[in-house]
Amino acid sequence: MNAEDKLVVRRISNGTVIDHIPAGRALRVLGILGITGDEGYTVALVMNVHSGKLGKKDIVKVEGRELSKEEVDKIALVAPTATINIVRDYEVVEKRRVELPGMIEGIVRCVNPKCVTNAPREAAKPRFRVISREPLKLVCEYCSEYLSEDEIIAQLAGS
Amino acid sequence: MSFRGKDVLCIMDFTRNDLERLFRIASSKFEGDELRGRVIAMAFFEPSTRTRLSFETATLRLGGGYIGFDAVQATSVAKGESFSDTIRMLDAYADAIVVRHSLEGAAKLAAELADSPVINAGDGSKRHPTQAMIDLYTIWKEKRGIDNLTYGVLGDLRYGRAAGSFLRALNIYSPKKVYLIAPESLRPREELLDSLKMSWEFADLSEVLPELDVLYVTRIQKERFPDPAEYERVKGSYRIDASLLRDAKSSMIILHPLPRVDEIALDVDSTPHALYFKQAANGIPLRMALLREVVP
Ligand SMILES: [Zn+2]
Repeated sequence: MNAEDKLVVRRISNGTVIDHIPAGRALRVLGILGITGDEGYTVALVMNVHSGKLGKKDIVKVEGRELSKEEVDKIALVAPTATINIVRDYEVVEKRRVELPGMIEGIVRCVNPKCVTNAPREAAKPRFRVISREPLKLVCEYCSEYLSEDEIIAQLAGS
Repeated sequence: MSFRGKDVLCIMDFTRNDLERLFRIASSKFEGDELRGRVIAMAFFEPSTRTRLSFETATLRLGGGYIGFDAVQATSVAKGESFSDTIRMLDAYADAIVVRHSLEGAAKLAAELADSPVINAGDGSKRHPTQAMIDLYTIWKEKRGIDNLTYGVLGDLRYGRAAGSFLRALNIYSPKKVYLIAPESLRPREELLDSLKMSWEFADLSEVLPELDVLYVTRIQKERFPDPAEYERVKGSYRIDASLLRDAKSSMIILHPLPRVDEIALDVDSTPHALYFKQAANGIPLRMALLREVVP
Protein backbone atom coordinates (compact mmCIF):
# COMPACT_ATOMS: atom_id res chain seq x y z
CA MET A 1 0.00 0.00 0.00
CA ASN A 2 1.40 3.38 -0.86
CA ALA A 3 0.91 6.58 1.08
CA GLU A 4 -1.87 7.81 -1.14
CA ASP A 5 -4.05 4.77 -0.41
CA LYS A 6 -3.69 5.39 3.29
CA LEU A 7 -4.92 8.90 2.79
CA VAL A 8 -8.01 7.81 0.91
CA VAL A 9 -9.19 5.11 3.27
CA ARG A 10 -7.95 4.29 6.72
CA ARG A 11 -6.40 0.88 7.37
CA ILE A 12 -8.68 -1.97 8.30
CA SER A 13 -8.18 -4.09 11.39
CA ASN A 14 -9.27 -7.52 10.15
CA GLY A 15 -10.38 -8.54 6.70
CA THR A 16 -9.30 -8.35 3.09
CA VAL A 17 -7.85 -5.65 0.89
CA ILE A 18 -8.19 -6.30 -2.81
CA ASP A 19 -5.71 -4.01 -4.50
CA HIS A 20 -4.66 -3.35 -8.12
CA ILE A 21 -8.14 -3.95 -9.51
CA PRO A 22 -8.30 -2.57 -13.08
CA ALA A 23 -9.84 0.91 -12.88
CA GLY A 24 -13.63 0.90 -12.88
CA ARG A 25 -14.10 -2.75 -11.94
CA ALA A 26 -14.43 -2.51 -8.16
CA LEU A 27 -18.23 -2.80 -8.31
CA ARG A 28 -17.94 -6.00 -10.33
CA VAL A 29 -15.59 -7.42 -7.73
CA LEU A 30 -18.13 -6.59 -5.01
CA GLY A 31 -20.82 -8.19 -7.16
CA ILE A 32 -18.79 -11.39 -7.39
CA LEU A 33 -18.33 -11.43 -3.62
CA GLY A 34 -22.09 -11.03 -3.27
CA ILE A 35 -21.64 -7.91 -1.18
CA THR A 36 -24.64 -5.65 -1.59
CA GLY A 37 -24.28 -3.59 1.57
CA ASP A 38 -27.06 -5.41 3.42
CA GLU A 39 -24.64 -7.89 5.01
CA GLY A 40 -23.37 -5.36 7.51
CA TYR A 41 -19.68 -5.56 6.53
CA THR A 42 -17.73 -2.34 6.66
CA VAL A 43 -16.71 -1.88 3.05
CA ALA A 44 -14.47 0.75 1.53
CA LEU A 45 -14.37 1.24 -2.16
CA VAL A 46 -11.83 3.40 -3.95
CA MET A 47 -12.10 3.92 -7.65
CA ASN A 48 -9.74 5.42 -10.20
CA VAL A 49 -6.86 6.23 -7.87
CA HIS A 50 -3.36 6.72 -9.23
CA SER A 51 -1.22 3.60 -9.50
CA GLY A 52 2.33 3.34 -10.74
CA LYS A 53 1.79 -0.03 -12.37
CA LEU A 54 -1.68 0.32 -13.83
CA GLY A 55 -2.03 4.06 -14.36
CA LYS A 56 -5.30 3.99 -12.47
CA LYS A 57 -6.72 1.32 -10.28
CA ASP A 58 -9.55 0.45 -7.92
CA ILE A 59 -9.23 -0.88 -4.38
CA VAL A 60 -11.81 -2.74 -2.28
CA LYS A 61 -11.46 -3.21 1.48
CA VAL A 62 -13.82 -5.47 3.36
CA GLU A 63 -13.69 -5.50 7.14
CA GLY A 64 -14.24 -8.87 8.83
CA ARG A 65 -14.29 -11.00 5.72
CA GLU A 66 -11.67 -13.34 4.20
CA LEU A 67 -12.05 -14.84 0.74
CA SER A 68 -12.51 -18.47 -0.26
CA LYS A 69 -10.45 -19.99 -3.05
CA GLU A 70 -13.51 -20.03 -5.28
CA GLU A 71 -14.02 -16.31 -4.76
CA VAL A 72 -10.38 -15.62 -5.58
CA ASP A 73 -10.71 -17.67 -8.79
CA LYS A 74 -13.78 -15.66 -9.78
CA ILE A 75 -12.02 -12.37 -9.11
CA ALA A 76 -9.22 -13.53 -11.39
CA LEU A 77 -11.69 -13.57 -14.27
CA VAL A 78 -12.71 -9.89 -13.99
CA ALA A 79 -9.63 -8.45 -12.29
CA PRO A 80 -6.60 -10.52 -13.36
CA THR A 81 -4.14 -7.91 -12.04
CA ALA A 82 -5.59 -7.89 -8.52
CA THR A 83 -3.61 -8.64 -5.40
CA ILE A 84 -5.31 -9.91 -2.27
CA ASN A 85 -4.07 -8.92 1.16
CA ILE A 86 -5.40 -10.68 4.22
CA VAL A 87 -5.24 -8.37 7.21
CA ARG A 88 -5.26 -9.42 10.86
CA ASP A 89 -4.68 -6.90 13.64
CA TYR A 90 -3.81 -4.17 11.14
CA GLU A 91 -1.00 -6.31 9.68
CA VAL A 92 -0.96 -7.88 6.22
CA VAL A 93 -0.47 -11.55 7.14
CA GLU A 94 -0.83 -12.94 3.66
CA LYS A 95 -0.42 -11.47 0.19
CA ARG A 96 -1.81 -13.36 -2.77
CA ARG A 97 -1.80 -12.63 -6.44
CA VAL A 98 -4.88 -13.81 -8.27
CA GLU A 99 -4.07 -16.06 -11.16
CA LEU A 100 -6.01 -16.56 -14.35
CA PRO A 101 -5.34 -20.17 -15.28
CA GLY A 102 -5.35 -21.40 -18.89
CA MET A 103 -8.36 -23.57 -18.11
CA ILE A 104 -11.42 -22.47 -16.16
CA GLU A 105 -13.55 -25.20 -14.62
CA GLY A 106 -16.95 -24.95 -13.01
CA ILE A 107 -17.03 -21.21 -12.30
CA VAL A 108 -19.12 -20.07 -15.27
CA ARG A 109 -21.76 -21.75 -17.42
CA CYS A 110 -21.74 -22.26 -21.17
CA VAL A 111 -24.14 -19.90 -22.95
CA ASN A 112 -25.11 -22.53 -25.53
CA PRO A 113 -28.41 -24.07 -24.37
CA LYS A 114 -27.66 -27.17 -26.47
CA CYS A 115 -24.27 -27.73 -24.80
CA VAL A 116 -24.01 -31.03 -22.92
CA THR A 117 -22.69 -29.12 -19.87
CA ASN A 118 -26.13 -27.51 -19.56
CA ALA A 119 -27.98 -30.84 -19.55
CA PRO A 120 -29.39 -31.71 -16.15
CA ARG A 121 -28.08 -34.88 -14.48
CA GLU A 122 -25.13 -35.33 -16.85
CA ALA A 123 -21.55 -35.78 -15.71
CA ALA A 124 -20.10 -32.87 -17.69
CA LYS A 125 -18.73 -29.97 -15.67
CA PRO A 126 -18.42 -26.74 -17.68
CA ARG A 127 -14.81 -26.30 -18.75
CA PHE A 128 -13.35 -23.44 -20.76
CA ARG A 129 -10.03 -22.63 -22.35
CA VAL A 130 -8.83 -19.01 -22.06
CA ILE A 131 -8.21 -17.80 -25.62
CA SER A 132 -7.83 -14.08 -24.84
CA ARG A 133 -6.97 -12.32 -21.58
CA GLU A 134 -7.65 -8.73 -22.58
CA PRO A 135 -10.53 -8.60 -23.26
CA LEU A 136 -11.29 -11.89 -21.57
CA LYS A 137 -12.63 -14.53 -23.94
CA LEU A 138 -13.23 -18.20 -23.17
CA VAL A 139 -14.12 -21.11 -25.41
CA CYS A 140 -16.17 -24.09 -24.22
CA GLU A 141 -14.20 -27.34 -24.28
CA TYR A 142 -17.33 -29.32 -25.14
CA CYS A 143 -19.17 -27.25 -27.74
CA SER A 144 -16.59 -24.60 -28.82
CA GLU A 145 -18.96 -21.74 -28.10
CA TYR A 146 -17.34 -18.43 -27.08
CA LEU A 147 -17.98 -16.82 -23.72
CA SER A 148 -17.33 -13.07 -23.74
CA GLU A 149 -16.19 -10.88 -20.85
CA ASP A 150 -19.62 -9.22 -20.65
CA GLU A 151 -21.34 -12.59 -20.37
CA ILE A 152 -18.85 -13.75 -17.73
CA ILE A 153 -19.37 -10.61 -15.64
CA ALA A 154 -23.15 -10.87 -15.97
CA GLN A 155 -23.03 -14.49 -14.77
CA LEU A 156 -20.65 -13.89 -11.89
CA ALA A 157 -22.53 -10.87 -10.63
CA GLY A 158 -25.82 -12.74 -10.89
CA SER A 159 -24.67 -15.85 -9.05
CA MET B 1 0.61 -42.60 -35.92
CA SER B 2 -1.70 -45.40 -34.87
CA PHE B 3 -5.18 -44.55 -33.74
CA ARG B 4 -5.99 -47.88 -32.17
CA GLY B 5 -8.21 -47.19 -29.18
CA LYS B 6 -8.34 -43.48 -29.96
CA ASP B 7 -11.59 -41.52 -29.79
CA VAL B 8 -12.92 -39.97 -33.00
CA LEU B 9 -14.50 -36.74 -31.79
CA CYS B 10 -13.57 -33.94 -34.18
CA ILE B 11 -12.07 -34.02 -37.65
CA MET B 12 -9.47 -31.47 -36.53
CA ASP B 13 -7.92 -34.10 -34.24
CA PHE B 14 -6.63 -35.86 -37.35
CA THR B 15 -3.54 -35.04 -39.40
CA ARG B 16 -3.05 -35.26 -43.14
CA ASN B 17 -1.07 -38.45 -42.61
CA ASP B 18 -3.80 -40.05 -40.51
CA LEU B 19 -6.39 -39.29 -43.18
CA GLU B 20 -4.13 -40.33 -46.03
CA ARG B 21 -3.68 -43.70 -44.36
CA LEU B 22 -7.44 -44.12 -43.91
CA PHE B 23 -8.09 -43.18 -47.52
CA ARG B 24 -5.51 -45.70 -48.76
CA ILE B 25 -7.06 -48.47 -46.70
CA ALA B 26 -10.58 -47.50 -47.79
CA SER B 27 -9.64 -47.49 -51.47
CA SER B 28 -7.80 -50.81 -51.30
CA LYS B 29 -11.12 -52.68 -51.45
CA PHE B 30 -9.97 -54.73 -48.50
CA GLU B 31 -12.10 -57.44 -47.02
CA GLY B 32 -11.44 -58.99 -43.71
CA ASP B 33 -12.70 -60.19 -40.41
CA GLU B 34 -10.75 -57.82 -38.19
CA LEU B 35 -13.83 -57.26 -36.06
CA ARG B 36 -14.60 -60.97 -35.53
CA GLY B 37 -15.60 -61.43 -31.91
CA ARG B 38 -15.93 -57.69 -31.42
CA VAL B 39 -19.11 -55.90 -30.41
CA ILE B 40 -19.76 -52.31 -31.45
CA ALA B 41 -22.42 -50.29 -29.61
CA MET B 42 -24.58 -48.07 -31.82
CA ALA B 43 -25.94 -45.44 -29.46
CA PHE B 44 -28.23 -43.29 -31.58
CA PHE B 45 -30.02 -40.87 -29.28
CA GLU B 46 -31.11 -38.85 -32.29
CA PRO B 47 -32.70 -40.23 -35.46
CA SER B 48 -30.31 -40.98 -38.30
CA THR B 49 -31.17 -44.12 -40.21
CA ARG B 50 -28.56 -43.45 -42.87
CA THR B 51 -25.54 -43.03 -40.62
CA ARG B 52 -26.62 -45.90 -38.36
CA LEU B 53 -27.10 -48.35 -41.24
CA SER B 54 -23.74 -47.30 -42.65
CA PHE B 55 -21.94 -48.03 -39.37
CA GLU B 56 -23.84 -51.31 -38.94
CA THR B 57 -22.99 -52.42 -42.46
CA ALA B 58 -19.31 -51.54 -42.01
CA THR B 59 -19.27 -53.56 -38.77
CA LEU B 60 -20.92 -56.61 -40.33
CA ARG B 61 -18.60 -56.51 -43.36
CA LEU B 62 -15.64 -56.77 -41.01
CA GLY B 63 -17.15 -59.78 -39.28
CA GLY B 64 -18.17 -57.90 -36.16
CA GLY B 65 -21.46 -57.71 -34.32
CA TYR B 66 -23.34 -54.77 -32.96
CA ILE B 67 -25.82 -53.86 -30.28
CA GLY B 68 -27.66 -50.62 -29.88
CA PHE B 69 -30.76 -48.56 -30.28
CA ASP B 70 -32.27 -45.77 -32.33
CA ALA B 71 -33.79 -42.57 -31.06
CA VAL B 72 -37.23 -44.06 -30.44
CA GLN B 73 -35.83 -47.01 -28.51
CA ALA B 74 -33.37 -44.75 -26.70
CA THR B 75 -36.10 -43.26 -24.56
CA SER B 76 -37.29 -46.67 -23.42
CA VAL B 77 -33.76 -48.08 -23.04
CA ALA B 78 -32.92 -45.17 -20.85
CA LYS B 79 -36.20 -45.03 -18.87
CA GLY B 80 -35.12 -41.74 -17.45
CA GLU B 81 -31.51 -42.82 -17.13
CA SER B 82 -28.99 -40.10 -17.92
CA PHE B 83 -26.89 -40.17 -21.06
CA SER B 84 -23.80 -40.54 -18.89
CA ASP B 85 -25.13 -43.69 -17.21
CA THR B 86 -26.22 -45.24 -20.52
CA ILE B 87 -22.71 -44.69 -21.88
CA ARG B 88 -21.15 -46.31 -18.78
CA MET B 89 -23.39 -49.34 -19.34
CA LEU B 90 -22.52 -49.64 -23.05
CA ASP B 91 -18.84 -49.26 -22.19
CA ALA B 92 -19.10 -52.43 -20.15
CA TYR B 93 -20.72 -54.32 -23.05
CA ALA B 94 -18.90 -53.18 -26.17
CA ASP B 95 -15.42 -52.73 -27.67
CA ALA B 96 -16.29 -49.35 -29.18
CA ILE B 97 -19.22 -46.95 -28.97
CA VAL B 98 -20.68 -45.02 -31.89
CA VAL B 99 -22.62 -42.02 -30.56
CA ARG B 100 -25.18 -39.76 -32.16
CA HIS B 101 -26.79 -37.10 -29.96
CA SER B 102 -28.54 -33.75 -30.31
CA LEU B 103 -26.45 -32.10 -27.58
CA GLU B 104 -23.15 -30.44 -28.47
CA GLY B 105 -20.19 -32.12 -26.84
CA ALA B 106 -22.11 -35.33 -26.01
CA ALA B 107 -19.47 -37.44 -27.77
CA LYS B 108 -16.66 -35.75 -25.84
CA LEU B 109 -18.47 -36.42 -22.59
CA ALA B 110 -18.96 -40.06 -23.62
CA ALA B 111 -15.24 -40.34 -24.38
CA GLU B 112 -14.38 -39.01 -20.92
CA LEU B 113 -16.64 -41.59 -19.29
CA ALA B 114 -15.84 -44.65 -21.42
CA ASP B 115 -12.64 -46.69 -21.59
CA SER B 116 -13.62 -48.00 -25.04
CA PRO B 117 -13.03 -45.69 -27.99
CA VAL B 118 -15.95 -43.41 -28.83
CA ILE B 119 -16.77 -42.50 -32.42
CA ASN B 120 -18.79 -39.33 -32.87
CA ALA B 121 -21.53 -40.00 -35.43
CA GLY B 122 -22.78 -36.43 -35.11
CA ASP B 123 -23.39 -34.40 -31.95
CA GLY B 124 -25.16 -31.06 -31.84
CA SER B 125 -24.92 -28.83 -34.86
CA LYS B 126 -21.16 -28.61 -35.24
CA ARG B 127 -19.39 -31.92 -35.42
CA HIS B 128 -19.73 -34.95 -37.64
CA PRO B 129 -16.16 -36.14 -38.22
CA THR B 130 -16.87 -39.38 -40.10
CA GLN B 131 -19.03 -37.47 -42.59
CA ALA B 132 -16.13 -35.06 -43.10
CA MET B 133 -13.80 -38.02 -43.67
CA ILE B 134 -16.16 -39.38 -46.31
CA ASP B 135 -16.36 -35.96 -47.97
CA LEU B 136 -12.57 -35.62 -48.05
CA TYR B 137 -12.14 -39.20 -49.22
CA THR B 138 -14.54 -38.59 -52.12
CA ILE B 139 -12.57 -35.50 -53.21
CA TRP B 140 -9.24 -37.30 -52.72
CA LYS B 141 -10.40 -40.11 -55.00
CA GLU B 142 -11.98 -37.95 -57.68
CA LYS B 143 -9.51 -35.09 -57.77
CA ARG B 144 -6.41 -37.06 -56.72
CA GLY B 145 -5.86 -34.60 -53.92
CA ILE B 146 -7.53 -32.03 -51.72
CA ASP B 147 -5.05 -29.10 -51.82
CA ASN B 148 -5.08 -26.20 -54.29
CA LEU B 149 -8.72 -26.57 -55.25
CA THR B 150 -11.40 -23.89 -55.16
CA TYR B 151 -14.36 -24.82 -53.01
CA GLY B 152 -17.88 -23.49 -52.69
CA VAL B 153 -19.75 -24.49 -49.52
CA LEU B 154 -23.43 -23.72 -49.86
CA GLY B 155 -26.50 -23.83 -47.65
CA ASP B 156 -26.93 -23.82 -43.90
CA LEU B 157 -23.42 -23.12 -42.63
CA ARG B 158 -24.64 -22.22 -39.15
CA TYR B 159 -26.77 -25.10 -37.92
CA GLY B 160 -25.79 -27.77 -40.46
CA ARG B 161 -23.28 -30.09 -38.82
CA ALA B 162 -22.04 -31.57 -42.10
CA ALA B 163 -21.12 -28.18 -43.60
CA GLY B 164 -19.40 -27.07 -40.38
CA SER B 165 -17.43 -30.30 -40.16
CA PHE B 166 -16.45 -30.04 -43.81
CA LEU B 167 -15.14 -26.50 -43.29
CA ARG B 168 -13.12 -27.60 -40.26
CA ALA B 169 -11.80 -30.51 -42.31
CA LEU B 170 -10.54 -28.20 -45.06
CA ASN B 171 -8.36 -26.57 -42.39
CA ILE B 172 -6.20 -29.68 -42.45
CA TYR B 173 -5.38 -29.05 -46.12
CA SER B 174 -4.44 -26.04 -48.25
CA PRO B 175 -7.39 -25.14 -50.45
CA LYS B 176 -6.75 -22.42 -52.99
CA LYS B 177 -9.91 -20.60 -51.96
CA VAL B 178 -13.14 -21.35 -50.10
CA TYR B 179 -16.33 -19.46 -50.91
CA LEU B 180 -19.05 -19.46 -48.28
CA ILE B 181 -22.44 -19.26 -49.97
CA ALA B 182 -25.23 -18.80 -47.43
CA PRO B 183 -28.02 -16.41 -46.49
CA GLU B 184 -26.84 -13.92 -43.91
CA SER B 185 -28.70 -15.56 -41.03
CA LEU B 186 -27.15 -18.96 -41.82
CA ARG B 187 -23.53 -17.87 -42.10
CA PRO B 188 -21.06 -19.75 -39.87
CA ARG B 189 -20.65 -18.79 -36.24
CA GLU B 190 -17.84 -16.46 -35.26
CA GLU B 191 -15.84 -19.23 -33.62
CA LEU B 192 -15.91 -21.35 -36.77
CA LEU B 193 -14.89 -18.41 -38.98
CA ASP B 194 -12.07 -17.58 -36.54
CA SER B 195 -10.78 -21.13 -36.82
CA LEU B 196 -10.53 -21.11 -40.63
CA LYS B 197 -6.90 -20.90 -41.68
CA MET B 198 -7.41 -20.80 -45.43
CA SER B 199 -8.38 -17.89 -47.66
CA TRP B 200 -12.18 -17.58 -47.64
CA GLU B 201 -14.89 -15.10 -48.46
CA PHE B 202 -18.66 -14.82 -48.61
CA ALA B 203 -19.97 -15.00 -52.16
CA ASP B 204 -22.97 -15.44 -54.42
CA LEU B 205 -23.12 -18.74 -56.24
CA SER B 206 -23.67 -17.20 -59.68
CA GLU B 207 -20.53 -15.07 -59.35
CA VAL B 208 -18.11 -17.77 -58.29
CA LEU B 209 -19.57 -20.88 -59.94
CA PRO B 210 -17.20 -20.79 -62.96
CA GLU B 211 -14.18 -20.90 -60.59
CA LEU B 212 -15.27 -23.86 -58.49
CA ASP B 213 -13.69 -27.31 -58.49
CA VAL B 214 -15.92 -28.63 -55.70
CA LEU B 215 -19.41 -27.45 -54.74
CA TYR B 216 -20.57 -28.75 -51.35
CA VAL B 217 -24.34 -28.38 -51.03
CA THR B 218 -26.38 -28.65 -47.84
CA ARG B 219 -30.04 -28.17 -47.18
CA ILE B 220 -31.54 -24.91 -45.98
CA GLN B 221 -34.44 -25.67 -43.69
CA LYS B 222 -37.45 -23.42 -43.66
CA GLU B 223 -37.68 -23.69 -39.86
CA ARG B 224 -34.38 -21.82 -39.53
CA PHE B 225 -36.04 -18.64 -40.71
CA PRO B 226 -38.10 -16.69 -38.16
CA ASP B 227 -39.82 -15.00 -41.11
CA PRO B 228 -41.21 -17.45 -43.73
CA ALA B 229 -41.24 -14.66 -46.31
CA GLU B 230 -37.47 -14.36 -45.93
CA TYR B 231 -37.11 -18.07 -46.70
CA GLU B 232 -39.27 -17.73 -49.83
CA ARG B 233 -37.16 -14.79 -50.93
CA VAL B 234 -33.76 -16.50 -50.60
CA LYS B 235 -34.42 -20.16 -51.38
CA GLY B 236 -34.10 -19.77 -55.16
CA SER B 237 -30.51 -18.59 -54.80
CA TYR B 238 -29.50 -21.85 -53.10
CA ARG B 239 -31.04 -24.34 -55.50
CA ILE B 240 -28.92 -26.16 -58.08
CA ASP B 241 -30.28 -27.38 -61.40
CA ALA B 242 -28.76 -28.54 -64.68
CA SER B 243 -29.26 -25.25 -66.50
CA LEU B 244 -27.37 -23.36 -63.79
CA LEU B 245 -24.45 -25.77 -64.17
CA ARG B 246 -23.78 -24.68 -67.76
CA ASP B 247 -21.53 -22.01 -66.25
CA ALA B 248 -19.52 -24.52 -64.20
CA LYS B 249 -16.23 -26.18 -65.12
CA SER B 250 -16.89 -29.55 -66.72
CA SER B 251 -14.73 -31.14 -64.01
CA MET B 252 -16.58 -29.51 -61.10
CA ILE B 253 -18.02 -32.04 -58.68
CA ILE B 254 -21.07 -31.59 -56.46
CA LEU B 255 -21.13 -33.17 -53.02
CA HIS B 256 -24.08 -33.41 -50.63
CA PRO B 257 -24.19 -35.26 -47.30
CA LEU B 258 -27.76 -36.47 -48.12
CA PRO B 259 -30.64 -36.74 -47.68
CA ARG B 260 -31.49 -33.96 -50.10
CA VAL B 261 -34.91 -32.44 -50.48
CA ASP B 262 -35.12 -30.01 -53.38
CA GLU B 263 -31.85 -28.11 -53.14
CA ILE B 264 -30.45 -30.22 -55.98
CA ALA B 265 -32.88 -30.77 -58.86
CA LEU B 266 -33.27 -34.31 -60.20
CA ASP B 267 -31.91 -33.26 -63.59
CA VAL B 268 -28.48 -32.81 -61.97
CA ASP B 269 -28.27 -36.51 -61.08
CA SER B 270 -27.43 -37.58 -64.62
CA THR B 271 -24.72 -34.95 -65.12
CA PRO B 272 -21.04 -35.81 -64.55
CA HIS B 273 -21.03 -33.22 -61.75
CA ALA B 274 -23.20 -35.36 -59.48
CA LEU B 275 -20.92 -37.13 -57.03
CA TYR B 276 -23.28 -37.37 -54.07
CA PHE B 277 -24.40 -40.96 -54.59
CA LYS B 278 -20.79 -42.09 -54.94
CA GLN B 279 -20.02 -40.03 -51.83
CA ALA B 280 -22.75 -41.89 -49.92
CA ALA B 281 -21.43 -45.24 -51.14
CA ASN B 282 -17.92 -44.23 -49.98
CA GLY B 283 -19.30 -44.18 -46.46
CA ILE B 284 -18.99 -47.96 -46.17
CA PRO B 285 -15.30 -48.49 -47.09
CA LEU B 286 -14.31 -45.36 -45.20
CA ARG B 287 -16.12 -46.42 -42.01
CA MET B 288 -14.75 -49.95 -42.42
CA ALA B 289 -11.24 -48.51 -42.60
CA LEU B 290 -11.89 -46.35 -39.54
CA LEU B 291 -13.35 -49.20 -37.47
CA ARG B 292 -10.47 -51.46 -38.46
CA GLU B 293 -7.94 -48.87 -37.29
CA VAL B 294 -9.73 -47.72 -34.13
CA VAL B 295 -11.33 -50.79 -32.52
CA PRO B 296 -8.88 -52.44 -30.14
ZN1 LIG C 1 -20.55 -25.46 -24.27
